[in-house]
Amino acid sequence: MTTLDFETQFFARINKDEKIEPKDWMPEKYRKTLIRQMAQHAHSEIVGMLPEANYISRAPSLKRKAALLAKIQDEAGHGLYLYCAAETLGAERDNLMDELHTGKAKYSSIFNYPTLNWADMGAIGWLVDGAAILNQVPLCKCSFGPYARAMVRVCKEESFHQRQGFEILLALCNGTVEQKQMAQDSINRWWWPSMMMFGPSDSESTNSEYSMKTKIKRFSNDELRQRFVDASKPQADILGLTLPDPLLKYNEATKHWDYGQIDWDEFNNVVQGNGPCNKIRVKARKDAWDNGKWVRDAATAYSEKQRQRKLETKQLA
Amino acid sequence: MSSTNSWPLWEVFIRSKRGLNHKHVGSLHATDAEMAIENARDVYTRRQEGISIWVVESVNISASDPKIMDAMFDPAADKIYRHPTFYDLPDALKHM
Ligand SMILES: [Fe+2]
Ligand SMILES: [Fe+2]
Repeated sequence: MTTLDFETQFFARINKDEKIEPKDWMPEKYRKTLIRQMAQHAHSEIVGMLPEANYISRAPSLKRKAALLAKIQDEAGHGLYLYCAAETLGAERDNLMDELHTGKAKYSSIFNYPTLNWADMGAIGWLVDGAAILNQVPLCKCSFGPYARAMVRVCKEESFHQRQGFEILLALCNGTVEQKQMAQDSINRWWWPSMMMFGPSDSESTNSEYSMKTKIKRFSNDELRQRFVDASKPQADILGLTLPDPLLKYNEATKHWDYGQIDWDEFNNVVQGNGPCNKIRVKARKDAWDNGKWVRDAATAYSEKQRQRKLETKQLA
Repeated sequence: MSSTNSWPLWEVFIRSKRGLNHKHVGSLHATDAEMAIENARDVYTRRQEGISIWVVESVNISASDPKIMDAMFDPAADKIYRHPTFYDLPDALKHM
């Protein structure tokens, strides 16, 4: 078969909604797009642990601490499922790490914002994990098998993340006036960065067309963003909090909530590395990697020693 | 960090409950089988998804070639006589 035949077969599969598996023939662009997206997604999970990790020792109760710890551990797992999916296409783990540490690879810009107090744990769970869920649910049907399967696991685990966040906010909103203010302040800071999690608007999104054509992606950035607004508004009402958008208004004709203008200059600025925490986040990851080197070396030496020992006992026997 | 330093890749198989097969769930890196099992416990069974774990180093898996998938699996396609529905039997015959 010629490349053209393979390509025809590839798109025939995609159009029949069949999955593409790692050893199947695929266009180079499909492979590259997927590796980039899965690596970026994996990095987001791993870097995403940092803003919350700060509050494990500051959680207000043992129950909250256990939940936060379990959530952060899940995020580590999500990162690992995704790195392993990227590796099925020949990406090397160490190279992926290297690209994160040198700033060559991107991760979700949301994690470059600081967590200022406990209410932010609630806002992150509700809004950030909420937005992530909307992005991830359609990826369960993505055309690449390992990515889709990883997403099924991830989505099963995400729902508790959002619920624990919402419950944190609910407790604050039912608390003192100051606690409710804390929750409102947190939503004021996290709403717009969460809206940006869906990426540039459709007219500006450069990678979207190919991803839609190859069914890596099923819905456009703006479609998913609209779903997020429509889902969040009634949830904010239950909390008694106000989403910080004066232009938010129900549109009778479209049956959707219209929203105000996103500050794309801010978005681009954060993506380019100039957000409030970009440098601290990458440094924290790099330090963890560098400072963990002796542990990795010791583990390698230990299992080498075990292997030798087994060999020796075999020879003696 | 060069890629030659990285730990080997292991494929992980999990038996979710008694009576079911071990099923492939993903992969991970570990220095040896023991560590692979411990890591698999933390990565793949945080919510009681399993009662038994198998790990095998990825390099030890041999796979059929997807490029010759047709030649490999098509021969079974026209052997419909291997299925019970191929045989024409009277309606009076129940439960066979
Ligand atoms: Fe996650
Ligand atoms: Fe999450």
